[in-house]
Amino acid sequence: MSTDGQSTAGPEEARSLAAGTTDLRRAVIVGGNRIPFARAGSAYAKSSNLDMLTAALDGLIARFGLQDERIGEVAAGAVLKHSRDFNLTREAVLGSALSAETPAYDLQQACATGLETVVGLANKIKLGQIDSAVAGGVDSASDAPVVVSEGLRDVILDLSRAKTLPQRLQILSRLRPKDLAPLAPGTAEPRTGLSMGEHQALTTAQWKISREAQDELAYNSHRNLAAAYESGFFDDLLTPYRGLARDGNLRADTSLEKLATLKPVFGKNLGADATMTAGNSTPLTDGASTVLLASETWADAHDLPKLAAVVDAEAAAVDFVHGKDGLLMAPVFAVPRLLVRQGLTLADIDFFEIHEAFAATVLSTLAAWEDEEFGRTRLGLEGAFGSVDRSRLNVNGSSLAAGHPFAATGGRIVASLAKQLHAKGRTDGRPARGLVSVCAAGGQGVVAILESL
Amino acid sequence: MTDKYAQLVHHGVGRNVAKRLGLPQPAVLRRYQPGQPLITGPVLVQGNTAEADNLAAELLSWDLDVRRHAVPREKLGAIILALDEVAGPGDLEKPILTAAASLRDLAPGGRVVTVSRPASEADSPAAAAARQGIDGFLRSLAKELRGGATGNGIVLREGVQATSASSLAALRFFLSGRSAYVDGQFINVSSTSGEPARDVDQPLAGKIAVVTGAARGIGAAIARTLHRDGATLILVDVPAAGDQLAAVANEVRGTALQLDISRDDAGQRIIGHAAQRHGRLDIMVHNAGITRDKLLANMDHSKWSSVISINITAQLRINEALLASEHFRESPRIVSVASTSGIAGNRGQTNYAASKAGVMGMVTASAPLLASHGGSINAVAPGFIETEMTARIPFAVREIGRRLNSLQQGGTPTDVAETIAFLASDAAAGINGQVLRVCGQNMVGA
Repeated sequence: MSTDGQSTAGPEEARSLAAGTTDLRRAVIVGGNRIPFARAGSAYAKSSNLDMLTAALDGLIARFGLQDERIGEVAAGAVLKHSRDFNLTREAVLGSALSAETPAYDLQQACATGLETVVGLANKIKLGQIDSAVAGGVDSASDAPVVVSEGLRDVILDLSRAKTLPQRLQILSRLRPKDLAPLAPGTAEPRTGLSMGEHQALTTAQWKISREAQDELAYNSHRNLAAAYESGFFDDLLTPYRGLARDGNLRADTSLEKLATLKPVFGKNLGADATMTAGNSTPLTDGASTVLLASETWADAHDLPKLAAVVDAEAAAVDFVHGKDGLLMAPVFAVPRLLVRQGLTLADIDFFEIHEAFAATVLSTLAAWEDEEFGRTRLGLEGAFGSVDRSRLNVNGSSLAAGHPFAATGGRIVASLAKQLHAKGRTDGRPARGLVSVCAAGGQGVVAILESL
Repeated sequence: MTDKYAQLVHHGVGRNVAKRLGLPQPAVLRRYQPGQPLITGPVLVQGNTAEADNLAAELLSWDLDVRRHAVPREKLGAIILALDEVAGPGDLEKPILTAAASLRDLAPGGRVVTVSRPASEADSPAAAAARQGIDGFLRSLAKELRGGATGNGIVLREGVQATSASSLAALRFFLSGRSAYVDGQFINVSSTSGEPARDVDQPLAGKIAVVTGAARGIGAAIARTLHRDGATLILVDVPAAGDQLAAVANEVRGTALQLDISRDDAGQRIIGHAAQRHGRLDIMVHNAGITRDKLLANMDHSKWSSVISINITAQLRINEALLASEHFRESPRIVSVASTSGIAGNRGQTNYAASKAGVMGMVTASAPLLASHGGSINAVAPGFIETEMTARIPFAVREIGRRLNSLQQGGTPTDVAETIAFLASDAAAGINGQVLRVCGQNMVGA
């Protein structure tokens, strides 16, 4: 094992837990519902996170007949969150058709929020703490919180503590015109000052990912998503909202030629090496998603389908601050750890869902896994981790086409993958396995394995 | 969607003006509310036949105030006229004119219901003339009734008693507020099948029902009405209407199934959903339909084919899948929404009328298939119904559509839904292959 890298070996107990040698129950995915994703500032410009999460939840309730049902627990979150939404998920439950006696909590792990709600709730089900759960996430880049400057905030807080008029006047006199300018939420990493796109541009250059490869991945994303819509794949995964019945970002008629005409928007200081465009990067998006999880007993008692089981999950983080790894490269470490723990290789996976934060993120991840030296020195393996069969990658489209409302992406992927796996398992007559990988701000990543039932 | 004129002529100045000018004064119809009495006021059973006696005895057991002879100037809730033994045209006069003497005593929202036998080739010409004569008599009488009163008839096939389950179910339907907008119509009871409802306010308790086109309008009203009557619902509509569908599903505690019914696998998906969630399907309501109006000279492929595909081909294909399924075997019921356009025709609606008349043909031919499983298939043909769709009709045309019927008003989506709920009930099992109009006795068509 390398000492420099992140070891893929886990503790013995964890292996026995995951292998099911203790009496853990299965956590199954019953299905999901999301609203179509909309580009920021479009169809959902006037919708709040609470509106959208409630709509997604109500659609799920309608699909599975969960009216007045007391669900074990609902967990969801938002990345861009107003302070007024301190109890966002519970408020969405109260506004929905679920029983008001359904508890809920908020969770926040940047873009991994949605997947982490699935993992956390699935674990509770496995442990027998709850029998049913709804995992979810929502984000609005349109209705983002705008905050006042630190100077104004300081003055307002001091004013509230002042007791006399002279004190108040003295505090107010500290105000300067610049303090009155509102602050929009930044997308820059607090510790580097670089935006996510600029971070990825560094990684893209490091792994020498070509513009053509990125455009091709983006093209496939749009083509696959459009085909999935045409085949009716999303009929039971999505409920329209505010006049939108399909993802607003989807360009079914896009072409490699069109994508090739777009100018780079990230890594422009790299000159000719700048490859990341608006076409092969995800746009800011609004949307919400939900996933219904249950124990097998609960699903059976409610005559609900069991699409797939949540087998196992792994989180990882990288030191991007000092440039050791790229900001979005944590899944590169999480996946090998997870597969080794499960005694699996990439060849055992029927479908890969690697979140397309940027086309280059996916391609950098694949490149790192195919690199001999990286495998040896950083993953602690004997050579390269392996190759992903591209025909199994993001087969129903991913974030480049659908868009990426940060916390909602995990739920979108899990519900779609569970449905895809279930169909595959039926066709093949053997369980089908799927891998979900989501990178997140702060150099984090969460990955999970699902298996069809 | 509100009928402003009807509201205006009910009160004060509007009422006086309308009265003086002889303008129509549409009555507020007596509509069903759960728990309300079947009918208020005594029920007069006229006619000296054995079935008249049997019916009078039955109505007594419903706790109704039954009269065999009219009491002068007593307000009546309903008049039931037994004409089932007429052997020639001359036999009509006595019972009919006896009943006529009581017509002025019929209360607002009252009911006249005839009970008769069908004219057929097996009859003597004189008997057939008498039996067929009832048809013209009742339809004319219905046009004379005022104050929201209606006239309808029950036609009993030879060998089917007036006290058979479906005959009584039809009688209960006609007497109740559920039939508020059904006027001048006959229900043929063709068999003795049918189980009386255990709870008349929950006639569909325990039933699993699918309603297509349930996101809005008549479909949403059907969903609410079947839910009120105790059914568990699976609501279907196109994926693009999914948000409204979800709202209706959550309201009626059902499940939403987003599905384009014109897809080849629509029937399998409906059955699959019902089997997964409930183990079976009992009631299929084909409500989904579209209009693509154009004069025939301007008709194109897409307008013609989309209407045919969704309004009739989809129903045929889904029915085929249902009838092949083991999950649709226990007295299955199918109710389709046809249209008076399919009976009388409508300018600009050659495609739509073809599809809706097609539904009626389908119902006739499918009846024996359903009967072999103890089931039934029927259609309702709505006339002018106040919906978002009819609200878009130009004002003058809309006013004509509304007033040109015996009740001088449009019906509500719930009126259509009530008739569908009735035909979907087990008590109505002896009614098969019928088309029942819910049109306030529209002047056009039959």
